[in-house]
Amino acid sequence: ERGHGPYQPHEPGYGLYQPGYTPYDDQIPDPKSQMLAIQNAKAYLLKCSTTSGLNLYDHLANMLTKILDEQPTNAVDIIENISKDVKWAQFQKKMDTLRNEHEILPTFEAAEKRKALFLKANGEGDEELEEEIGETPLPNVMETAFYFEQAGIGLSKDESYHIFLALKKLISVQPIQTCRFWGKILGLEMNYIIAEVQYHEGEEEEETEEEAVTEEGGKGVGEVEDEEEEKEKEDEPPKSTYKPPPVIPKEENGTGANKYVYFVCNEPGKPWVKLPPVTPAQIVCARKIKKFFTGRLDAPVVSFPPFPGNEANYLRAQIARISAGTQISPIGFYQFAEEEDEEEEVDGGRDTYEENPDFQPLSVAEMVDSLSAWVHNVQSILKQGRCVWLNPLQKTEEEEENEEEEKAEEPDELPQELQQEIGPPLLTPLSEDEGIQNIPAWTAQPSTNLIPQYAVAVLQSNRWPGAYAFASGKKFDNIYFGWGHKYSPENHAPALPPPVQAEYPSGPEITETRDPTVEEELAFKAAREEALATAEEEEDEEGAEEDEEEDD
Amino acid sequence: MDASSLPAALELVSGGGAGLSPEKRAVLGSSLLLLQRDYRFERVWFWGCIQGVCGAYYIAQGLGPDRAAPRSRLYSLNCVEWSLLPPVTEEMVTQAGRLKGRFQGDPSFEYEYTERNAEDAERLFEDGKEPMIKEEARLVATIEQIDRAVGIVPRGAFVKTPLGSVSENRNFEGLSLTEAKRLSSYFHFTEPVDLKNKTLLEKADLDPSTDFLDSLEHDIPQGSWTVQLEKGGTVVVLRSLLWLGLTFYHVPMTKQYGYVYFGNGEKNLDLPFML
Repeated sequence: ERGHGPYQPHEPGYGLYQPGYTPYDDQIPDPKSQMLAIQNAKAYLLKCSTTSGLNLYDHLANMLTKILDEQPTNAVDIIENISKDVKWAQFQKKMDTLRNEHEILPTFEAAEKRKALFLKANGEGDEELEEEIGETPLPNVMETAFYFEQAGIGLSKDESYHIFLALKKLISVQPIQTCRFWGKILGLEMNYIIAEVQYHEGEEEEETEEEAVTEEGGKGVGEVEDEEEEKEKEDEPPKSTYKPPPVIPKEENGTGANKYVYFVCNEPGKPWVKLPPVTPAQIVCARKIKKFFTGRLDAPVVSFPPFPGNEANYLRAQIARISAGTQISPIGFYQFAEEEDEEEEVDGGRDTYEENPDFQPLSVAEMVDSLSAWVHNVQSILKQGRCVWLNPLQKTEEEEENEEEEKAEEPDELPQELQQEIGPPLLTPLSEDEGIQNIPAWTAQPSTNLIPQYAVAVLQSNRWPGAYAFASGKKFDNIYFGWGHKYSPENHAPALPPPVQAEYPSGPEITETRDPTVEEELAFKAAREEALATAEEEEDEEGAEEDEEEDD
Repeated sequence: MDASSLPAALELVSGGGAGLSPEKRAVLGSSLLLLQRDYRFERVWFWGCIQGVCGAYYIAQGLGPDRAAPRSRLYSLNCVEWSLLPPVTEEMVTQAGRLKGRFQGDPSFEYEYTERNAEDAERLFEDGKEPMIKEEARLVATIEQIDRAVGIVPRGAFVKTPLGSVSENRNFEGLSLTEAKRLSSYFHFTEPVDLKNKTLLEKADLDPSTDFLDSLEHDIPQGSWTVQLEKGGTVVVLRSLLWLGLTFYHVPMTKQYGYVYFGNGEKNLDLPFML
C-alpha cells in the first residue's frame, strides 16, 4: 500500500510527491488491492465522529449537494462557511424525545416579589385613602432622590421607587411616627437598605424577653453561690482575682445612640427586619475592627477584639457611628426647646430639639462657602460608647444592697476615678469638625455651576466616605451610600493581643534560689565540723569538771 | 463603559449610590462624541470619576483599532473640556504607589515625598532638588493600576485575530445566567500574567481566540470580588473590593456590559482584614 505522505504544508517533503509521481508509482497496484484500498478509504470516511455523530462521507456529500443546488459565487472562498452551515442544519433536524423543562429562573421569583409591592392590599376602602392623604410619616423618597440626583448621588429611579413602596409597606405594618430613608450599605453577598424610624410615644414594644433572661441569670448565680459555700471546706485551686471591667449599660430606647430604631431589608420586596438597640460595648469594639458586611444579619463577626454580637449588631453599631458623625442640617433649622427650668443641670448637654418655625434659609452660595452654616443634629458618641456619660463605678441603691448580702470575699479595691467624658454639644457647627491630616472633614459643592439660581448645596463627608447631605431652600436631607467604614489614610492596624498576664505573684517562698556549688558545700561542711569540734571540746571540759566534782 | 450606551449603563451601575448628575450626563453625550472626532478614536469609553478633596476628575479613554493597545486617557474637571494625560511609564506607577492620601482635585498639585529610601537619597544628591510628583502623573498612574488590576470584560466579548490584534466579537451574545455568576467567566483586560503558568491539560481546553486573558478566578486575595444580582436578578453586578468603587455590570444574554469607577482612587490595602 502507499505510505502516508506529508499532508501539512510545514512537514518536510510536502508537495514533492505529486499524484502519479510518487516513489511508489512504479509498482503497478494489484486491482484487488486497489479495490481494498478504496474500500478502506471509504470505510474511513464513513467512520462516525465520536463527538457529533456525523461522518465525513455524509457531510461531504451534503455539502457538495448544497453547493450544486445553490451554486454560490466564489464557492471555494466560502467553503468553510458552507461546511459550518451544513453542520448547523444537521443539528436542527435531530429530534429529541426529551423536552426541556421550562426553566424557572430565580429572576422570576424576584420579579414576583417586586410586583407584590405595587399591588394594593385587599380590603382597602375609601376611608383608608383619606387617611393616607393626610399627614403620613412616609417620607417623599422620590423628592429627596431628585435633589441628590442633581449632585450625581443616588440610586436609579426604579430602585428609589421600589424603596418608596417598601417604606410604605413598613409604615402600614408598624406604629411609626417618623420615618426616613437612611441609606444603603453594600455587602458581599447582599446589600442592606436601611430605614430610620421613630415609634409613636408609648407604643414601642417593650423588650420583655431581655428582662426575663436577666432575672433567670440572677437566680442561677444565687444557686452557684450556695454550692460554693459547701465546697469551701474542700481544697480548691486558687480562685482568679480577675475582675472584668464594669459593663456600661446601654442607653434607653429613645435616647442617645438609641434615639432611632432602624429597620433593614436586603431588597425592596423582602420583609423588613428590626435591628436590636446598640450597646456601648458594641460601639467601642466596632471602632477597633473593620469588616465587610456579608448581607446576612445572622452572620458571625469574626474579629479581634471579638465583637460582642453578630452582623446585625455590627451593622447597628456602624449605623450609630455614621449617624453621629454625619447627620447634619442647616443652621437655624432646629433649635433647642426653651424650657422654663433652665437651672437644671443637664449632664452631657441637651438631647432634644425642635423645628424652628422662624427658619430663614440661607442662599446656596452661603451654604457652600462656609461650613459653619451647617450643624450636627445627632449627638456625638463619646469614647465610652454612649452619648451621655455614665460613671459605671457609681453604685446604685440596688447594687449596694446586693453587696451586703454577698460574702465579703473580695479584697477592697479603690475604685479608679474615671474622668467624665464630654463631647461636643448638640447643634455644633461643622466648622468645628476636625479633619484628617490636612483634609477637611467635609467637601461642599454646589450641584451645578452653570445654573446657580436653581443649584443645590451638596456636602460630602471625607471622614465617612459615602455620607452626603443636601440643602436647597427649606429642604434638606442626609443619606448614606457606601460600604459602612470610616476613612483612614493609614492602614488598619488590628489591636494587638494584651500582654501575657502574670501567673502568680513572685515572692521569696516561690522564687528559686541557686543551689550551692561543691566548694561552697565543702566550705560549709568544714565550718560546721569546726563548730562541732569546738562544742565537743567545751562539753568534754564540762564533763571533766563534772567528773571531778563527782569524784569529790 | 462605552460612550454610546452611557445612559442605560449608568442606570444599571447606580446600585452603589454613585452616579452622574443630569447635567454631566447631558454634556457627556456630546463631549465624548467630539472627542472621538478630534482624536480619531474608534471607541470612546467613559472610565469613571475620581473624587478629590476639592474637585473631581472625570476620565475618558479612547481606543484604536487594536483594543488591547495602550489606550489614550483624557481627564476633565467638568466633562466639557478634556485634556490628554501623558502616557504612563513604570516609574510613574511605582512613584504613585508610594503616595498615600486623597487626590486634591487640582491637576497641578505637587506631592512631596514623605518616605525616603536609599534610592531617593542618592537621587537627591544627584539632582539637588526634592523629587516631586504631580497630581496628573499620579492620576494616570492610578488609572493604569486600576485598569490592570480590576478592569474586566466577559469571556467571549473580545477575540484575538490570528495577526495578534484584539477586536470585539460580533458573535458575542452575552453570558448565560449561570455563567454570569461564576468568576471564571470574566477576564482581566490587560496583558495576561497567569496564562503561561497553566498546565498543558488546562491549556488544551482553552480556545486561543477567546481565552487569551487571565480570568478572575485566581485573583489574590480570594474573595476580592462580590457578585450580586440586582434589579430583581436581571443585572449581574461585580464590585471590586480591592479598589472600592469599581463596578462592572452585565445583563445576561445581551451584549450589554461595561465597567466604571466612582471612588477616591485609593487602593483598599485593608482588604485581608476586612474579609
